[in-house]
Order: sequence, then structure tokens, then C-alpha cells
Amino acid sequence: MAQSQEHSQEHSQEQSKDFGFGEEQALLKDQARKFIEDKQPLLALRAATKGTEDPYHGGERPGSFDVAAWHEMVALGWTALAVPEAAGGLGMSLVTAVAVAEEIGRGAMPTPLTSTLQSTFVLRQASEQDAKSQQAIEWLKKIVEGSSASLAIQGASGSLEVDATDITVKNNKLNGVAYYVQDIQKVDFLVVSAKEAGHLKLFCVELNAEGVDVSYDRIVDLTRDQGRVSFSDVTATCIAESGEDVLNGALPALLTLVSADISGGCEWLLQTTAAYAKVRTQFDRPIGFFQAVKHPIVNMMIAVDESRSLTYAAAAAYDADSDTCHRAAHFAKSNASDSAEFCANRATQLHGGIGFTWEHDVQIYHKRVMHSQQLFGDGYWQRQMAANYL
Amino acid sequence: MTGQETAEQKEFRQQCRAWLQENRPPPTAMPLPQAAYEVTTQAHRNYLVDWQAKCFEAELIATDVSRDYGGHGHDGLQQIASSEVRRANVPYFINWIGLGMAAPTLLIHGTEAQKKTYLPTIFTGEDIWCQGFSEPGAGSDLVNLQTSAVRDGDNWVINGSKVWTSLGQLAKYMLLLARTDKNDKYNGITYFIGPMEHEGVTVKPIHKMTGEAGFNEVFLDNVVIADHMRIDEVGLGWKVAMSTLTSERGAAQGVGAVASSNSPFAAIESLIELAKRKTRNGKPMWDDSLWRDKLVKLYERTEAAAQNARRTRINALNGGAMRIPLQGKVTGTELGQELHQLALSMLGMESSLYIGDPNAENDGSWLLGYMNTYTGTISGGSSEIQRNILGERVLGLPKSK
Repeated sequence: MAQSQEHSQEHSQEQSKDFGFGEEQALLKDQARKFIEDKQPLLALRAATKGTEDPYHGGERPGSFDVAAWHEMVALGWTALAVPEAAGGLGMSLVTAVAVAEEIGRGAMPTPLTSTLQSTFVLRQASEQDAKSQQAIEWLKKIVEGSSASLAIQGASGSLEVDATDITVKNNKLNGVAYYVQDIQKVDFLVVSAKEAGHLKLFCVELNAEGVDVSYDRIVDLTRDQGRVSFSDVTATCIAESGEDVLNGALPALLTLVSADISGGCEWLLQTTAAYAKVRTQFDRPIGFFQAVKHPIVNMMIAVDESRSLTYAAAAAYDADSDTCHRAAHFAKSNASDSAEFCANRATQLHGGIGFTWEHDVQIYHKRVMHSQQLFGDGYWQRQMAANYL
Repeated sequence: MTGQETAEQKEFRQQCRAWLQENRPPPTAMPLPQAAYEVTTQAHRNYLVDWQAKCFEAELIATDVSRDYGGHGHDGLQQIASSEVRRANVPYFINWIGLGMAAPTLLIHGTEAQKKTYLPTIFTGEDIWCQGFSEPGAGSDLVNLQTSAVRDGDNWVINGSKVWTSLGQLAKYMLLLARTDKNDKYNGITYFIGPMEHEGVTVKPIHKMTGEAGFNEVFLDNVVIADHMRIDEVGLGWKVAMSTLTSERGAAQGVGAVASSNSPFAAIESLIELAKRKTRNGKPMWDDSLWRDKLVKLYERTEAAAQNARRTRINALNGGAMRIPLQGKVTGTELGQELHQLALSMLGMESSLYIGDPNAENDGSWLLGYMNTYTGTISGGSSEIQRNILGERVLGLPKSK
């Protein structure tokens, strides 16, 4: 036991011992938690789904997105925090973004913040390493000004390789369909991957551009929305000539942000289940007395703690530009995906009948973390990817 | 929380590293057992005591302990010394119970005289300590212990028996829990320094499922102990024991590196190496996604344990001071067990070959290691008890008893 206590020091000697998580990050995280608690994001969602014949509204999410809160988040600087200073942003670390993403997950808040942060890291990568650096900076400026964004990089097969797009480009015109685009009802522009003669490039395009057509998926996660976007002869700005390098470079950040969201959600599932086990009485005792209930709750805690630690480690590795940052991010998302499945499963089971009902918030978190489990690939996929670095 | 080392700390780290590099002892004629608690022979004892004494002189042990108690009187250097010891892949310290449990207990609960008398020889390794907590009828339910201590003037007379006593055959002192009041379960226990060389103490080895003798039964038959060998007040033994167990579970600041010398990644890395070398269906096992998935998962979880330790030090991220440290015992031991189970599956029929068989992979050490993982998951509070503790102390769930 004691031997693992010190090990991390050597293992990550090139990185900070504290993940680069200092006073500033602690304050921001605290601010994010209070802000989200104050907004009570699930109340609006509840109101929008109550007493309706189809609580899913055919995939639409009327009323669940608190636009006023979004403007406040922009004003607080949350969308600009990872934007490089060259584009007018705060130029802060992935660890800082992860601190906020974890709170979004804990509150299960319907918001395009995580998608916007992910788009930011792709654009940031392009601005640092691609010939189209200037164009990337221009779109980063839009984020600082309050635009939200999402990634349109997946094809119909749902394949997870970075070059899995079905969209083609010729003479700067995009054609084809992008699938599984997150937060499509909330965002202003898209970062699109497309192939030109088999070569992957990245583009930015406003959602309201001519030739862009959106249809909504009917997804089970109530806190998110998703859709497919078809492009017919859409004029777009190229922001990366070497799309594969840029996407690969940003991949650790994309995975780590989802892992942070999951970690926050799983912590909520843990705390809520533990609280319920203290008050729900059966056989004359609170059910948390029984080891058949107590031990799986402890196992949830062990799972969440592994995921959180690996998530912060992955963020720190990315910030330090470490050789191990891809492996660390695959570890984090593998672990978080497994925690998502396990914690959702145990939370619902241990709540008994009430956990299975629409009325209880456990179902909302259950569906959110299940959705996150698959985003950018589940544990099995991540481990196949991580193996390439071992 | 800063990760920055002072100039003094940096210099000390360099010193430790250089010393360990230059003073690495030659290997023993008969290989050392896998863990310090399995040492049984005088030859290994002498070799390891000599090594610990050298490390003490090099200020790697008791680095931050006051000179009054035989320490080196530094401040903020122990952690550095310990991390360098672990990093150096050198033999373990035989007096791990003395360093990991007796010294922290005495430093918190001992009298001035006790600290001056017993601490110096714990640090040098001259006097080896063992732990006398468990009894035949008091394992996980430790508070049920029955060994009695009856006052007789300035002395106490001890009767009873202890079991699973690692190093019992080599120890000079025992951390002894005995019952001083039959009518009060928790407040009827008192903590003593038990002298192993006194009349009435009989040590009898127990053979483990591995075939090795590692630990012992200790019979206490009218053993007389002076009252000045009592630690803290009569009836406070349970509370003192809880602080000792906290040290054992890795939650307290130690006085020296207790654990073995291998990197926590050594086992999984050698298993991956095995997967790259062994073939099934005509290809390396590592190229088969089934084995890969399991191996990467274990690597990932080993990394998680290391990163948990890193996160423990950040108040804003650790979920409370004890939440992560109290998980270390159960997660570390269960992970080790899973890893060895996977090793045996990977070896297939070869896993049946034990130590001494010329065809056994790595002389049967995966199999031996597998069996020994139960020492970890059972002793020092079994995994089941650990989960009770975590549920109750960290999550505030109702006590199971």
C-alpha cells in the first residue's frame, strides 16, 4: 500500500505533483458548483417533461436549456477559459476546464459548455500546429464572443477512428452527413471533419449557413440533445489542412473532458445512493446497515475515485505535453466509462422500486452517464487504443 | 498545496539517491522471501538487520524523528527518504512492524521513558517487533479478544494466545493487546509492550498453504510484564490500537519506508511481457484482444492507485482527508490478487507447476505470489472489514455489527 503512495512522484516527474490544480482552479470549481446548484438545472427539465404524452418530445428539448444561465456562464469566462490568449481568451489549462466539466456532470446540466470546450481544444490544436492557424484563431474569437460549438466528426457507422467521417469536400464545398452531433439544438457553429481525396481536413461552419440541414435524434438522455447534420454544397472555412494530426493531438482533451463529466455524475450517484441508504428503512434498520447494500456503495466510491484521479492525471499529462498523454486519456475514459456503467447500475438497483421510476432523479443521471459512457468510445475501445502505447 | 521542493529537500534527495546507488547490498545466497513478513531464517535476519542499520545511519529511517528518541532531527525530509528507498529497488526493511506500527504508536501514546528506551533500536533494526492483536477467536472481530492481563502489584500477568504473528520467531517485542476488564468490550482492553524473551512465551510456527512457514502462534502462559511497559492508560487499548491500525493501513505519516522495493508497476509490466512472449493459436497472447483488454485494465487500475495517491494531497480534490487513504489497503490487495489470477490463466497448464519444477515459468513465482495475495486480502482487517470501515467512516452509513 505504502509503496503506491510515493510512486506517482517518480512516474510523473516531468509533471506537477498537484496536477496543476492550484488556488485558481479550486476557486473556479467552487464557483461552478455553487452556480449550478443555484440554477437547479433539473427543475426546468422536469417541468418540460411533466404530464406529457411523449416526455421526449420527439427528440426536441423544449425549455430544458437555460439560455439566461448560458449567457451568465459566458460572462463568467467559462467558455473562454481554454481559448489561447492570441484569440482573446484566458489560455488556461485542460485541468482548469476539467474542473468545470466535472461540476457540469455533477449537476447533470443541459448546456453546450462541454461541446464548446471540446471544439475549443480542437481549434486550439489547429492554431498551434496547422498551416491554417490564422483561420482557427478567427473561430476561437467567436467562442470568446459567446458562440457555442460542437464537433461533427462521426460517420453513419458510428466508428470511432478520428478519420471516420462520411463528409467529402471539393473546392471548399462540404457534402454528406455528420452523425451523433452533440448539443445540436444549442450550438452556433460546428467543427466538421471532411475528406478531400482521402485526406482529412477540418472546417468550421455556422449552423445557419446555407445548405446545412439538421434533424434531431430521439435520444434517451434527457440532459443532452443530439442530431445528424446534412451538408449540401456548404461553403466552409478550412481550419486545419492536416485534420488527422490535429484531431489526434486534441483527442486526449476530448476524452478527458467527458471523463470529468462522468466523474461528476458518478459522484452524485454515489452520494445520493449513500444518503438514501441512511434513511430508507427495511427489516427495522436503515438499509445501509446491511453489508449487501453497504459494500456495493463502497465499490461505487472506489470506482469514482479511480476515475477522478485518472481524469486529473490525464489532464495534467496533456497540459505538460507529455509523451504519455494519449495513454493517460485512454485510461481515464476507459475507467470512467466502466464507472458510469457500474455506478448507474448500482444506484438504480440499490434505490429499489423508486430508482426505476420517472419521478426520481436517479434515472436522469443514469441515462446521462450511460450516454457519456459511449461518447468517443467505451472502456473496451479505450483499452484497445491504450494498448498501442504499452 | 504546492509541488515545489525546497533547496534543502532537493539536495537531500540527491544525497539519498547517490547513497542508495553506491550501497546497494549484494544478493543473498538463498533468495529473500517475497515479503518481509515471511522472513524466517537467521541468515536472512542478519543480512536484513545489517541492511536496515546501514540505511538508518544514512538517515533514510527516522529522518524527521527527534534526536532525543534516536532519530535524525530533520523536518520535512522523511517523505523524500522513503520515496528514494522505494525507487531504488533495494531489499525491504525487516523491522516493518516496528517502523510502520510500533514507532508511530509510541510517538503518539508512549511515555518519555518508553520513547527513549524503545525507539532507537526499532530504527536500527536491532530489536525486531511483531504484532499481537489477532487471536483464534478474534480476527476481523478484533474487539472480541480474550487474552487477559491481571494486575499484580507493579506487574501484569498475561495469559492467552495470539495467532498469525509474523516475525514472531525473530522478535524481541510484541505490540500486545490484552483484556483488563471482561465486562467492558471496548474500554476493557489495554495496550502493552510484550517482551518475547520472557518466561512463559512459546512461539510455534504455522505453515501456510504455500508450504512456507511465515507466521506463528504465540502462547502466553503466566507471562509477567512490568507496568512501565503499558502504553497509555488502562482501558484505552482499543483507541490506541485504532491509531496503530491507521498506521498499518497507510494513512499516517511514517518514520521509514516500510514496503517492498518493487515499483507497483513491476508485476503488470512483467505480465504484459509474458503476454508478448507466450503464444496461443499461433500468435502472441498480447495480439489477442481478449487478453489485451484484461491486461490494459489492470495496468489502468495500477495507474489509478498511483494517481489516487497524487490526488490525496490536494484538499480541494480528495473528498476528505481519509477517503482515499482508507481505500489503499482493499484496492491494492484485491488488484494484486486479480493480477495473479490472470497470470495463472495466461499460463494455462503451466500454472500447475510449482517452485522447484524445472519447467515452471519464473520458478513458480506467479503461483506462489497468487497464494500469498490472500495474506493481503485477509490480514490487517479483511477486505470485508475494510468495506465496512469505508462505508461507515467515509460515507456515514450505519454501523454493521
